[in-house]
This record gives sequence, structure tokens and C-alpha cells, in this order.
Amino acid sequence: MSPVGVILRKELRSYFVSPIAYVVISVFLLLIGLLSFLAVATASNRSLQMLRGQGNLPELNLNEIVFRPIFYNMAVILLLVVPILTMRLFAEEKKLKTMELLMTSPVTVTDIVTGKFFAAFTVYAGMLALSAVGPLALAPFAEFRWEPILTAYLGTLLMGGLFLSAGLLASSLTENQIIAVILSFGALLVLWLFGWAGQVFADSLLGKVLSYLSPLDHFEHLVKGLVETSDLVFFLGGIVFGLFLTHRVVESQRWR
Amino acid sequence: MIQVEHLTKHYGPKIAIEDVSFSVEKGEVLAFLGPNGAGKTTTMRILTASLPATSGTARVAGYDCFDRPRDVKRVIGYLPEIPPLYSEMTVTEYLTFVGRLKSIQPDRLPAALDQMLERLSLGEVRGRLIANLSRGFKQRVGLAQALIHDPPVLILDEPTVGLDPKQIIEIRQLIKELAGSHTIILSTHILPEATAVAQRVVIIHEGRIVAEDSQDQLSARLRRSEKVSLTLKQPPLDVSDRLLTLPGVLSVHQEGTATFLVETELGHDLREDLARFAVRNEWGLLELKLVSMTLEDVFLHLTQHEEGIDTAGVSAGAPEPQP
Repeated sequence: MSPVGVILRKELRSYFVSPIAYVVISVFLLLIGLLSFLAVATASNRSLQMLRGQGNLPELNLNEIVFRPIFYNMAVILLLVVPILTMRLFAEEKKLKTMELLMTSPVTVTDIVTGKFFAAFTVYAGMLALSAVGPLALAPFAEFRWEPILTAYLGTLLMGGLFLSAGLLASSLTENQIIAVILSFGALLVLWLFGWAGQVFADSLLGKVLSYLSPLDHFEHLVKGLVETSDLVFFLGGIVFGLFLTHRVVESQRWR
Repeated sequence: MIQVEHLTKHYGPKIAIEDVSFSVEKGEVLAFLGPNGAGKTTTMRILTASLPATSGTARVAGYDCFDRPRDVKRVIGYLPEIPPLYSEMTVTEYLTFVGRLKSIQPDRLPAALDQMLERLSLGEVRGRLIANLSRGFKQRVGLAQALIHDPPVLILDEPTVGLDPKQIIEIRQLIKELAGSHTIILSTHILPEATAVAQRVVIIHEGRIVAEDSQDQLSARLRRSEKVSLTLKQPPLDVSDRLLTLPGVLSVHQEGTATFLVETELGHDLREDLARFAVRNEWGLLELKLVSMTLEDVFLHLTQHEEGIDTAGVSAGAPEPQP
């Protein structure tokens, strides 16, 4: 087994031995379930009103009125849930001094960072996959297109990856899990505001840069079904950048 | 097997170790002796290639610790002062993980695991969570972790701290068994431990090596006198002067209200004479014991020797507190 595989397996095991993964996944799915119910109920109310007002049932785009709000709200939930998945990854190792075992074993810092990231990403991807129960359950009774849903899932997967990468960086900065989780919340919320800030400075170069750095804007494209290289590059580049910074932090802590 | 030359490590303005040089031959056991904060752990961490030195070189099995960290890490087994244990794993799970981490071939892993469980008598707790193990078992799991990939070099940071006497003897016995086939560096702040297991002792103090010698030479060098602690029920005021009249007594220091430390010439066990003398004078002899050399004595002797400071009036015999 490769060093990355060894670390990945250990972290995955540790997610499911402690209650963290179960709690996070349950809460996430509960919220998504509630959200889906509300979105569907709203859509059916609206169609009833239209039926009464116009006498015939108009063509409703379910992708637009049901799934888009679900994905936008899911993004907000992820903002709060994802840092919990990453908070212990480095903080706990440092607190329990098990980091010394990893640092004195024939594995590189890159192996450690990569292994930990992909363990968190696997749990996250599994969690997202479970949320697909919603559209699957709706499919027999409703007409909608799957393609935008798949691109929305791709966007959610990539944005979550970016959040995980930021959370891992936060965890590497401290040995206190609470501080790690609060740092991630702070960083992600600031990132969240970049889109708005971009509109405020819309005419300047700063505005353009801020808009590009806003994950929400890129996410919106994917939720609408637009797959653009620039959005994919943004997310993948962001993930790699976060992991690179994490690597630098862990490496620099060797010197102290 | 291990060569350390002019090793220096600064943490910001703080100097952890300065100009440390020593070498260890294959199969030798070297003890690092020094109080907490002397630089033992820093030196060991540099040898594990996990901490870069500020200057100087360290080589393990021919690999430079700075240039070839991965090769160094493959040939060493390291037990830090706090065993790096994942409390939510069972002993078997933990050792399997460490085995994989140390890149043991998958087909050889079960055999290596069984050997560790047997060698460190961990069989009975193999399925238990590490969180629920006693301190002694945890330390043994820590040792198993360092040994599982059968490394030629072992670096053990205070391997017996916090153990009960029986466990200490077991661990020392194990270290003796491993000597010869393994090159071992261990750190301790207890002199008898260093002399019990190591052929050579390096004494480190405030980041510098103050003495490096074989066990026999070191003992000979240190033992220029013997000390006896004497507790009396009714000591007379002039007890020191009267004890000094006994042949062989070099000096007498008052330790407590009625406890005296009698320093005698080397090779003269005066306990019998002292007992007879105290009883004859009806001083109410309560306790009489030989005081063994402690680390404090070692330092006092060494600093006295090397720097010529007169430390004759300083009391000795207080045991080094365990952290």
C-alpha cells in the first residue's frame, strides 16, 4: 500500500470509529431532506395557484424552481458542515503528539497532506452521494433534466473540496480543534463575501479579481448547467493552493 | 553507525544544543544523561531526521539526516517521550497501521505483528483499545511501534519514565536483549539507568556535552567518595565534630534537623563504625543508609572537575524528581 493509501485508510477509519462522520452526515442529510421537502412543496403551491388563475397547467421548469434553490441552500449548509470534517485532521495529531510518529516515519509531508485530504474528500463525496436520494425519489413523479443536476453536483463536489482544503489548512495551524473550526468558518465566510465585494468595486481591477475569487459565482455557473474551464480551473487551483499552503505550514513546524 | 559532528540547534534566540559531537558504533548502547531541558530530546529528534539542525551534521547508517531523511527514517525506530498512540485504535490495529506506515511488506506484516505482541507481552491486550491500557502497557505499545519494522537503529527518549519498578526492569532487560543486534541511543535523567543498560554514557547539560565516557571510567571518575546518611534521635550539638574524629570520615553536613550526611573515603564502608559509635554514645540511632550517586552529584562533580568551582558545601542525595 502506498504511503498516501496508508494515511487515507487510517483517517477514514478514524472518521467512522468516532461519532463525527455519523453526526455530520446525519445532520447534513436531515437538513437536505427538509430543504427538498420545502422546495417541492413551494413548487406545488405555485403550480396550484397558476392552475386556479389561468385554468391550465403551465410548463414549469423543475430544475429552476426546485433544484436550484436546493443547491444554493446546500452550499450554505456545507459552509457550516465541512469545517467539522477537517478540524481534527492535524490539530488532534499535534495535540496527542502522534504527529511525531508520522514525521519520523518514511513518509513525506506531501503523502500526509494528500492522504488526509482525500480521506475527508471521500467522506464528503459519500455524504453528497447520499443526498442524491432526493432527485432519485422525485424522478418517477416529475419531469426534469438530469444534466444540470449532475453539473450542480460536480460544482458542489468541487466547492466542498475547496472548503475541505481551507479547513485542512486551518487545522494545520493549531492544535486546538475549536480554533481550527472557527478559523475555517471565518475564512470561508470571507470567501463567501468576495462576490458581493466584487460588485461594490465592480469597475476596478480589484472588483474583477474579487469576483473571480468568489467561489459562489463559479458555483452558480455549474448549478445553472454551465461547465466552463475557468470555473473548473478555479476550484482545482484553489484546492491545490490550499493543500500547498498546508504542506508549507506542516513543513515549517518541523523546524520548531 | 551514528556520527554526530558539531551539531547546533537554535530555537530563535534560545540555544537548545551547541557543538555536540559523538559517535555510536554498531551494536552499541549509548545513554544520554541529563536533566530535563538539557537538549537530549532535541538531539534525538535531529537524529530521527524530523528536526533540521541549525548547523553541523548528523549521519545515521551512512545517510545524512538532512539530505536523506527518508532513508534515515527507514532505518530508525523512535520512541518519543510521550508514546505516539492513537487511543481510539486497538493494539493490533495500531501496530498494523504503524507497520504499513513503516512500509513493511503486506505478506510479512502479520508475522512482524505477532512477534511484537509476543516480545513485549502484549498478547493479552491485543484487542483492547489503547485508551484503556495502563501506563506500562502503553509504553510497551510505544516500544513495539519503534521495533515493528526491525530497524537497525533505535532511538528511545526516556523509555522508562512513569513506569513502576517491575516494568522498568522489564524494559531495561529488553533493551539489553536488543543490544548487539541493534544500535541504541536512549536518554534518561537517572544515572543508575544509564549505567544499567549502556556501555557508554554521554552527559549533556545546558546543550553541551560535559562528559563522554564508558560506564566504568565514568563511575571511577565520579566515585571519589562515598556518602552515608545518618538519622539520630538525640544528636548532641557537637555531633559533626565528634563524627569527624572517626577515621575515614571526610566531612559531615547537616541535612535535616537530625539527619547528617557523612562523606567517607572511597572504599571505606563506615556504616558499621558509625552505628557502633552512635549506639555507644546513646544518640538514638534511627536510620543509617548508603546514599547512591544521583544525577545532581554527577553534575556537581563534573562542574567541579571541569571548571574548578568549589561545591563542597552543597548538599547531595536528593533524588531527581520524576516528571
